[in-house]
Amino acid sequence: MIYAPSLVAVAVFLLFVGITLGLSYYLGNKAKSSAGYFTAHGQIPWFINGVAFAGDYLSAASFLGICGMIAFYGYDGFLYSIGYLAGWIVALFVVAEPMKRLGKFTFADALNSRFDSPGIKFVAGVSTLTVSVFYLIPQMVGAGVLVQPLLGLPHWAGVIIVGAVVIFIVVTAGMVSTTWVQFLKGSLLVIFSAVLTVMILQRGFEVNPSTPEPQTVTKKSDGSTLINGLPLGEEAGQATLRPVGTISQLPGGKTSTGPVGPLEFFSTLQESEVVLWTSEITTSEDGTVTTTYSPKPTSGGQVLLPGEHPKLFKGIRSDKFLDKLNFLSLMLALFCGTASLPHILIRYYTVKDEAAARKSTIVGIGCIGFFYVLTLYMGLGAMTSGSMDVTNSNMAAPLLARSMSELLFAIISAIAFTTVLGTVSGLILASAGAVAHDLVGSFSGTTISDHEQVRIAKITSVVVGSIAIVLGILFKELNVSYLVGWAFSVAASANLPSLVMLLFWKGTTKQGIIAAVVVGMTSSLAWILLSADTYSAVYGLPAENALVPFSQPGIVTIPLGFVVLILVSLLTRKK
Amino acid sequence: MNSPNSRIGLILFFLYLLLYGGFVLLNTFSPETMEATPMAGVNVAILYGFGLIIVAFLLALIYGVLCRPEEHLNSLEDEQ
Repeated sequence: MIYAPSLVAVAVFLLFVGITLGLSYYLGNKAKSSAGYFTAHGQIPWFINGVAFAGDYLSAASFLGICGMIAFYGYDGFLYSIGYLAGWIVALFVVAEPMKRLGKFTFADALNSRFDSPGIKFVAGVSTLTVSVFYLIPQMVGAGVLVQPLLGLPHWAGVIIVGAVVIFIVVTAGMVSTTWVQFLKGSLLVIFSAVLTVMILQRGFEVNPSTPEPQTVTKKSDGSTLINGLPLGEEAGQATLRPVGTISQLPGGKTSTGPVGPLEFFSTLQESEVVLWTSEITTSEDGTVTTTYSPKPTSGGQVLLPGEHPKLFKGIRSDKFLDKLNFLSLMLALFCGTASLPHILIRYYTVKDEAAARKSTIVGIGCIGFFYVLTLYMGLGAMTSGSMDVTNSNMAAPLLARSMSELLFAIISAIAFTTVLGTVSGLILASAGAVAHDLVGSFSGTTISDHEQVRIAKITSVVVGSIAIVLGILFKELNVSYLVGWAFSVAASANLPSLVMLLFWKGTTKQGIIAAVVVGMTSSLAWILLSADTYSAVYGLPAENALVPFSQPGIVTIPLGFVVLILVSLLTRKK
Repeated sequence: MNSPNSRIGLILFFLYLLLYGGFVLLNTFSPETMEATPMAGVNVAILYGFGLIIVAFLLALIYGVLCRPEEHLNSLEDEQ
């Protein structure tokens, strides 16, 4: 599709970014010391912190990725919503209060609270950096996706804009402004998602009588692109891809439903037929690559069941045990991952005590849960909106908004963009904290001055931000929610075993923790890099050649972390 | 980790683990269960999914209420 920038969109977008930057600059003066820079002096009120949790957590992956996956494959994307929320139960009931009690600045502090070991600081710092960078990739990809229709800029420009703005936010102000940016975007995201959902229900469903025809994108070896056999463009003799996402049949032969209720929405869809699309890539001898998108009329009952996604969730409808294991593995990683994400964990240090940590988590769960309920409506609303881009699932939510009104589209896109800003700044701050506080601290035996720590953190922010920009441009093809699934697997495998065992087993030794973090991190990373999904999507190699039996590492590498920790702890126990 | 709070937390955690585990295992090994439409024409997959989200919030609220007495005690101690 060709995206033309709209004036309203640009204006709203600039307004949002302007407010964000202004806020950062204003609050920057409050964060001169390291306690101020990393943890906002522990002075954030619990309610604000709770909504900021939602702002931190409801990343581009939640909004763009999940909505897109639901819009293209139905219920499957909602499995992510369920898993992401379930992870908060681990965070609240197991991790929140001890994290607050044991630590000061970073997750490494909590792990190290009983040992005072530079080794633990070092590995925990490295694991924080790894997870953050992994998590940054999908956010940056999401940013690129957003500016395309909004400002009419290419993908890479979006990635660079986000990178630059975030580096500015983090360098000027640290945790205080990051928190307020997240509070703002968290509330706006939830409110406007609710507005969008109400509009979807008001609009109801409508049958599109035309028969959808297959569409093709041909990329010739000389670099030119043909759409449905014609050059790309909007003039006569040129073609663009037609928007997709239609209902071909409603129950009882009706042509439209009018407004529907929240449950009627599903029961109507259950009895309808929608047109989903499949894609197939063929390469001819002269190097011409043709992607053919074919309509696939699918019963609503099928769309509202898990397992429609051809790769990710095929385990549900497959008889192969390995496929089923892959699904279990993903759901386990989502469950265990949240409580191990460094940028979520540092938010426990911005409130004053354990009670505040607990209360803010409860507020967070409320906001996040409500939003995730809405994702199913927004995704299915997008699926039937007639405005989807068949080549890009990440665009579903903004395009859905565009099908309602241009202004809503501008607002939703701007919120999604701020969403990326908020999450990325949280991640970069977590990385900066890990480097300045943990890594540097573990190398130089002496304590570094407060001022120096903040300076190192700022330099790190610029470096990590630049790395994220490059990776965001390289990985633009992948669904962002899918990438986040990987980050969760690495986080859960590297961090959760030590965190849980430290809290519940007195026999844990520092060697045990170091070994568990190292093994969990390397094994899950290696597994992902050797998996069928990475082979086909990143290296462009045949998926059959992959070295591991299924793609999601969690079910193997999370238990592995626990086993390693227990074994090493037993071996190194003091007599 | 022997405070009453962490005990309550663990009980609620295992309760939720049971519900979540049930959902994931049903999907994996008995996907046909998800097709039934027991209420208002809405299938089990959606009802169970929404249920998991709502129950998570309810358990969080219950935890918040149950933890309050201890926090109150703490603040009393602080005052003394």
